[in-house]
Amino acid sequence: MVGSIPVPEEVVRVSPTDDRHDARDDTDDDHEIDDPLVEGVGGETTLSTDTEGSPITGHDHRGRAATDGGTAVSDFEQTAEFTMSKNKRRRQWFEEKLLAPARIAWSDWRARTGLLVVVFYLLMGILGPRIVAAPSPNQGPRLLGAFRSIEHPLGTTASGVDLLSQTVYATPAMLLMLASGAVFTVMLGTVIGTASGYKGGRFDNILMTFNDMAMTIPGLPLTIVLASALQIEGHPIVIGILITVNAWAGLARAIRSQVLTLRESEYTEASRIMGIGTPKIIVGDIVPNLMPYITMNFVQQARAVIFGSVGLYFLGVLPYTSNNWGVMMNAAVNRAGATSSLMAFHWLLVPMLTIIVLALGLTLLAQGADRIFNPRVRARHAETIEDDGDQGGDTGDGPSTTDALDDSRTSGGEGAMGGV
Amino acid sequence: MNYIIKRLGQAVLTVFVVVSFSFGLIRLLPGGPMDYLRAQIIQQGGSGLSQEAINMRIEAQTGIDASEPLHVQYVDYMFGLAQGDFGQSIWLGDPVASILGPAIPWTVFLTGTALFLGFIIGITLGAFMAYKEGSRFDVGATGVGLFLNSTPNYVVGLLALTFLGYQWKLFPTGGRYASELNEGFNIPFLLSVIHHGALPILSMALVAFGGWALNMRGNSIRILGEDYLRVARLRGLPTRRIAIRYVARNAILPMYTGLMIAIGVSFGGAIIIENIFAYPGVGFYMIQSINSRDYPLMMGAFILITVAMVIGITIADLTYGWLDPRARGGGSRESY
Repeated sequence: MVGSIPVPEEVVRVSPTDDRHDARDDTDDDHEIDDPLVEGVGGETTLSTDTEGSPITGHDHRGRAATDGGTAVSDFEQTAEFTMSKNKRRRQWFEEKLLAPARIAWSDWRARTGLLVVVFYLLMGILGPRIVAAPSPNQGPRLLGAFRSIEHPLGTTASGVDLLSQTVYATPAMLLMLASGAVFTVMLGTVIGTASGYKGGRFDNILMTFNDMAMTIPGLPLTIVLASALQIEGHPIVIGILITVNAWAGLARAIRSQVLTLRESEYTEASRIMGIGTPKIIVGDIVPNLMPYITMNFVQQARAVIFGSVGLYFLGVLPYTSNNWGVMMNAAVNRAGATSSLMAFHWLLVPMLTIIVLALGLTLLAQGADRIFNPRVRARHAETIEDDGDQGGDTGDGPSTTDALDDSRTSGGEGAMGGV
Repeated sequence: MNYIIKRLGQAVLTVFVVVSFSFGLIRLLPGGPMDYLRAQIIQQGGSGLSQEAINMRIEAQTGIDASEPLHVQYVDYMFGLAQGDFGQSIWLGDPVASILGPAIPWTVFLTGTALFLGFIIGITLGAFMAYKEGSRFDVGATGVGLFLNSTPNYVVGLLALTFLGYQWKLFPTGGRYASELNEGFNIPFLLSVIHHGALPILSMALVAFGGWALNMRGNSIRILGEDYLRVARLRGLPTRRIAIRYVARNAILPMYTGLMIAIGVSFGGAIIIENIFAYPGVGFYMIQSINSRDYPLMMGAFILITVAMVIGITIADLTYGWLDPRARGGGSRESY
């Protein structure tokens, strides 16, 4: 780095994609600008606006000043000036990609609740079977109601199986099913949507005709027909895929129309002009922009898999290898008549509540994900962090403005990554 | 015009593909329905049956003549379907068409009413929520909407059946109408139909309106901030006109595509609801046919549901241009 910048520590934190770095340097020593680049590229007048430059887009007056001034210095060369150690790069990546979104997510009650619920179910799936005793007949008295005893808090079934342990032991298979269905849909939908949208032309036409046909076939009936005709085994991963057998089509359509606009954007065009190959453009320029949408759809698909699979298990038309919430509901209604007599109603209620809470958690998480990726929400949030930083700085040790700047910078840099 | 032809052609092609697919599923899968049928007939008739006799029975049940070469079978099957011949039900012994034909209107009645009610209540509520944004009513309704949106319709159905049906005996727990009544346009019959359909419709509409309301709320809030709305207010247009022509219309438009998808989802969801309430619609027969391994009935139901859905989506797609003048002329439909 050129000599006179006194605080290298802060310079390092600046993202290489961020073109506002020298603005920052200048706020540190306004009076003597030794840096020929800084001097050449802009006056102090532009710099003063830069310090409050929008933290969201990452684009500011700086780059424009460079081209307008007609100086030979381009942003690319400036970027090359930075040398970052691997460790610091990693730290920065961690900060930008994980910490900033996590902070935003945590500040929103919906995302926070959704995250807690999902983590709770994950723990229930992973640790639950180690803590709770395995379900077996005659564990307790028959058809004991919920909240009547400490040994069987959720009650027991008609054959004396503890409902809590049944619910917990069903969780791993259910989670696996959700994950496989969501991954399958999102992968296929993204691949088909981006390929079709980016390639365009006849390829797009044929693929979309096929896609629209797949979209028009009703999903659950198709699942039922396939499950009964194929005579498959009930492995959760297979069932997850079967439930979402044509859900990818809707996602592919939505992604395609987004790709249609993305492929005309300046940075994609720049990549094309630089001679970067199509697959690399899709992976590097297009897909990162779709991530918000893809993430939201992942969560929503997971919810759709629970609704569909539990419903079909309840009807008894899907094969299964291990117990699950839908099978529990089926048993409650068919073996104990849980709908017609209140004696067995808790048997039905426990799996139903389990589903609703998980679905609610996923819904909230999807809304939270929307907030994390939504630039407008992020803009608002970047401001609030800045305010918080100011207030915290008064009592804290470090210079308050730097804290605030750091925060807005990380989220701003992240915004630029998301936007580019 | 070009777009309409293309769209109709696609609808026909979809039905064609689904029907071919169902032929392949029945006929070609090793160890699938066809082999199962054969094994069952041999078991019933003993080993005395000749190959031809078995083939004859299979043909009577599925409309597929197993002694012909595959492509001939395929053409026969397609022509049969085109004439409304879905084969014969193994479980009930009647022709599939005569079982499912009368069931279709009932399924359409359930899903159509539920969809309509859920949508209307949802957008009305959503508009009010947007109007009172940030109020206690808005926060409370958003919470309720989120909760309903996370509840599967069959859970509501089961709760309604347990309490409103069995416990408090306010509604019947199964059937389309009271069996002692004559079908026709008389008051007791229509009342009985509504009485029997109320719970299934309620359980489907109740979970649907939460999603619509949240959607409508978000769209309306976005539109309330638009410049053209400020201009409309400055022009002194009546509030009623602004609310309906400016806000509501533009807020509903983006949801129309969602409505198209909902048609399909509710057809699928109706399968579970119909079985919970033992309501003899297409979905009810479909599940019953699976439990008795009645493949002709199952495939017939699947094809009918698909056709109904294709028709629904095609109508929705074609009327979108009428709703949104900007979308007229198919080429500009994408946000390209």
